[in-house]
Amino acid sequence: MTMIFGIPIQALLGQLLVGLINGSFYAMLSLGLAIIFGLLRVINFAHGAQYMLGAFVGYLLLAHFGIGYWPALILVPLIVGLASMIVERLALSRLYDVDPLYGLLFTFGLALVIEGAFRYFYGVSGQVYTPPSQLSGGTNLGFMFLPNYRGWVVVASLIVCLGTWLLIEKTRLGAYLRAATENPILVQAFGVNVPLLLTLTYGIGSALAGLAGIMAAPVYQVSPLMGSNLIIVVFAVVVVGGMGSILGAIVTGYMLGLAEGLTKVFYPEASNIVIFVIMAIVLLVRPAGLFGRDA
Amino acid sequence: MTTERAPTPFLSVRDLHAWYGESHALHGVSLDVAQGQTVTLLGRNGVGKTTTLRAIMGIIRKRKGFIEFDGRDLMQTPLHRTAHAGIGFVPEERGIFATLTVDENLILPPVVAPGGMSVAEIFELFPNLKERRNSSGTKLSGGEQQMLAIARMLRTGVKLLLLDEPTEGLAPVIVERIGEVLATLKARGMTILLVEQNFRFASRIADRFYLMEHGRITVDFPAAELEDRMAALHDVIGV
Repeated sequence: MTMIFGIPIQALLGQLLVGLINGSFYAMLSLGLAIIFGLLRVINFAHGAQYMLGAFVGYLLLAHFGIGYWPALILVPLIVGLASMIVERLALSRLYDVDPLYGLLFTFGLALVIEGAFRYFYGVSGQVYTPPSQLSGGTNLGFMFLPNYRGWVVVASLIVCLGTWLLIEKTRLGAYLRAATENPILVQAFGVNVPLLLTLTYGIGSALAGLAGIMAAPVYQVSPLMGSNLIIVVFAVVVVGGMGSILGAIVTGYMLGLAEGLTKVFYPEASNIVIFVIMAIVLLVRPAGLFGRDA
Repeated sequence: MTTERAPTPFLSVRDLHAWYGESHALHGVSLDVAQGQTVTLLGRNGVGKTTTLRAIMGIIRKRKGFIEFDGRDLMQTPLHRTAHAGIGFVPEERGIFATLTVDENLILPPVVAPGGMSVAEIFELFPNLKERRNSSGTKLSGGEQQMLAIARMLRTGVKLLLLDEPTEGLAPVIVERIGEVLATLKARGMTILLVEQNFRFASRIADRFYLMEHGRITVDFPAAELEDRMAALHDVIGV
């Protein structure tokens, strides 16, 4: 058997794949958080709950309406995004003029309410969501066995991240978004409906969380706590990448997923904390984050 | 108010009060700008010139009084609808976006009315912007940023420009160039409300002057009287 640094190459590649899959979710989630923070200056603590909501809406669509994975990939982000836009309009938008702490507290409370409600109805044990038949089974790559669904997750998340990045960097809507992140008052004085832009941005960021949720449903179990388990790591990713940096969130998401995977191979005991160690080091050396602009 | 009113006010401001938090910044400003006219607001730093522009634009929401533009009541207009009435704002700090290229900065403000200039026409007026169209907005020199701040309003079809100290901190040759640009705009029928400390610059294009002190207009006079009033103005403004 081929060995690298005394580790069987299969084990190494296997953990790297796990890292890449986790990284795919970190990237999609931190991307949504970064977009929301960039424009709304709200630290969206409900992001984990919106991710969980995505998985659950997908599960419920299948269980009650027989709507399968592929339509759910479109429907779930729409449903989660729309619901979040309503929350933004009704509640969050009223907190922009007060201390940012209120936005944080509100979204934190919202997350507790959503998670509590699902826990009440579904308990803490996970529900199984089987991957669609087209993506079941796996492929032997010669050096390792790749479950097809996991390969799909990596490719799809790359497409989603790239697509979101292009939306922000190359379109007119993206230009409004970037400009409003710098100077919302001036953009509004130019005649752009910035309050609507904020609602839309919160919707897009939350829809990304919902999309990550439905994509995660076949990989992890669908459980009310799946979001709160993940969200702390995702916050660390956002901090390492640089608060509000879109590219930083994407690149750091994959990087830290891989770092976590590698740690599992070489020193499994540290795999749960490696991301936080990296965060601490980055904060010491570059407080604005790897891709952040120094204020 | 000392002299006769402008013919038919395009922009009409009456008894405008504005506040920054608790601080009362404007104490009843009244002014008129007729269509196609260039009106200059003079005054020391801190007397409320910038505040007047920001209150007209609706950036300052804590305001009282009467503002009408082209028959529309701007007091009731939300900030993101004011531009659609046909007003373009060029702020003192220029407001060029660092995360946008020159091109993106230029086409950022939405078109609010027909009759704006095309990008090609704008580049004809500002050739150096064309050369730098793919640079980041804030990589431009101060003069180029000022030109970009004016240029991006010309696409939108606005009929009134609110210009806040466009020559501040710029080299004489650039000031000269901006003067030419404003003269061109005026010739094309643009109405301009200008805040400016530089008399010589303002006198070339202004039809009328308003002098502000302590959040009020104290004197207004046509451009022809500028020379006679120069000495008195220097006393008040101290430049």
